Amino acid sequence: MADRPLPAVSHLKIPDEGDPYLEGSRCGSCGATFLGTRENCSKCGARGKMQTIRLANRGELYSYCIVHRSFPGIDVPYVSAIVDLEGGGTVKGNLIDVEPDPSKIDFGMPVDVVYDDALGRKDAEGNSYLSYFFKPRI
Amino acid sequence: MADAYVVGVDMIKFGRFPEKSVPQLGSEAALLALDDCGLTIQDMQALYCGNLGQASGMVGQRILQEIGQTGIPVVNVANACATGATAFREAWASVKADLYDMVLAVGVEQMGRGLLGGGGGSRGISKEGLLGSGTMPSVFAEAGMEHTRQYGTTFEQFAKVSVKNHHHSTMNPKAMYQIETPLETVMNAEMISYPNTKLMCSVNVDGSAAAVIASEKKARELGLMDRAVKVRASVLTSDPWQERDLVMPDVNTCTRKAAAAAYEMAGLGPEDIDLIELHDCFATAEILHYENLGLCEDGEAGRLIDDGDVALGGRIPVNVSGGLLSKGHPLGATGIANIYEVSTHLRGAAGQRQVEGAQIGMTHVIGLGSACGIHILEKAA
Repeated sequence: MADRPLPAVSHLKIPDEGDPYLEGSRCGSCGATFLGTRENCSKCGARGKMQTIRLANRGELYSYCIVHRSFPGIDVPYVSAIVDLEGGGTVKGNLIDVEPDPSKIDFGMPVDVVYDDALGRKDAEGNSYLSYFFKPRI
Repeated sequence: MADAYVVGVDMIKFGRFPEKSVPQLGSEAALLALDDCGLTIQDMQALYCGNLGQASGMVGQRILQEIGQTGIPVVNVANACATGATAFREAWASVKADLYDMVLAVGVEQMGRGLLGGGGGSRGISKEGLLGSGTMPSVFAEAGMEHTRQYGTTFEQFAKVSVKNHHHSTMNPKAMYQIETPLETVMNAEMISYPNTKLMCSVNVDGSAAAVIASEKKARELGLMDRAVKVRASVLTSDPWQERDLVMPDVNTCTRKAAAAAYEMAGLGPEDIDLIELHDCFATAEILHYENLGLCEDGEAGRLIDDGDVALGGRIPVNVSGGLLSKGHPLGATGIANIYEVSTHLRGAAGQRQVEGAQIGMTHVIGLGSACGIHILEKAA
């Protein structure tokens, strides 16, 4: 078992020193932004032009839905949100600290990416995980 | 290239048939389609079979093991919810290419119940409910809310799609359901992923549909032109790059690209289409496709459903079969069931739900991941 939390997804980076962050890549040819690292650009087809970048922890809500029915063991309702990050990159995650009510959620509302334990979820070996969430920016 | 025609086409009544095997279900539709044109499996030169759930299971060959092992080439196709349309298109292409002059396309699916999608990878921990939701109702709710963001489309407008399609299916004996669902019933049904309630999600059913496609020469030779339906356009697209691709599947761009290509291939426009069977996997999706297929300007889809333009008797009836929402959505069969529905109207044989005077119709499916298939069909002259 790892002695510290593992990242919930591979594009979440937990450095030995400093804060966790989301990793992306940008095409040196056309500028397209992707989550995680990759070799080639699927927008323009450029090969070997990808640069690894650190994605912003600030963004705005692009779209969302409110999940009322999910699989057993998953707490509902919750807000599934799509967030455009400042400087490029789009990520999906739970929008927390809001009422799950469409009248309380505004398109374009500014949010911060925050990092926390993955809702207590552990893998078969008992490892803990670190995940990311979106929080309305006050 | 010479034209290709649908000469025989049919579907089974959609429902739940756990006691039957996938090849058995596929065989039923295959035989119905052959009967529809008075031909036999011995007349077929190739079989194109669409199925998703047993994509590695040689379903096409197993259908022939049920109805006649004639040794013809069999191609098994999987392309998400565009599976049936893809099998049909491959069959069509083989006739257009003059490889064969009479082929069979079958689409078949046996479904479980419950939510589709959201399974995620096998390593680590489940991401569902941690990093948002990947279930199909959620994915299409988020696509609908993008439309709300852009144009202010309301929950009520999305719900009206379901009211309309359920109403249509009361006139379709082959639909899973024949029940009216008034607006308040739809809006007050169990919320699955806002704004999609349970009645705004397509029904998981078992089903099959099949079509016999023939060259013009063969169709004339066999005297089948009186009920033949000409394939004016067949288009398949995949999803072009979009900036939100990886977290938000884009069903719009691949549909717009396919629609533009289909209209061009057929040499006509949306104003020439008399009816459409489009991919209403969720009520939110249907609204998007009014605009994607050019039935109205961008931003006017809400008005289209409000004004009844897309209901039977309206300017451009959409999903008069009941659609995936009420007829049911057996993934691999859906694309060919759509062909059956449109062909039936072009033949003037749709009974109570007949679109009067229908001459040209369109079918549309989206397989998430993504694939878009569009066909334009016309009553043979």
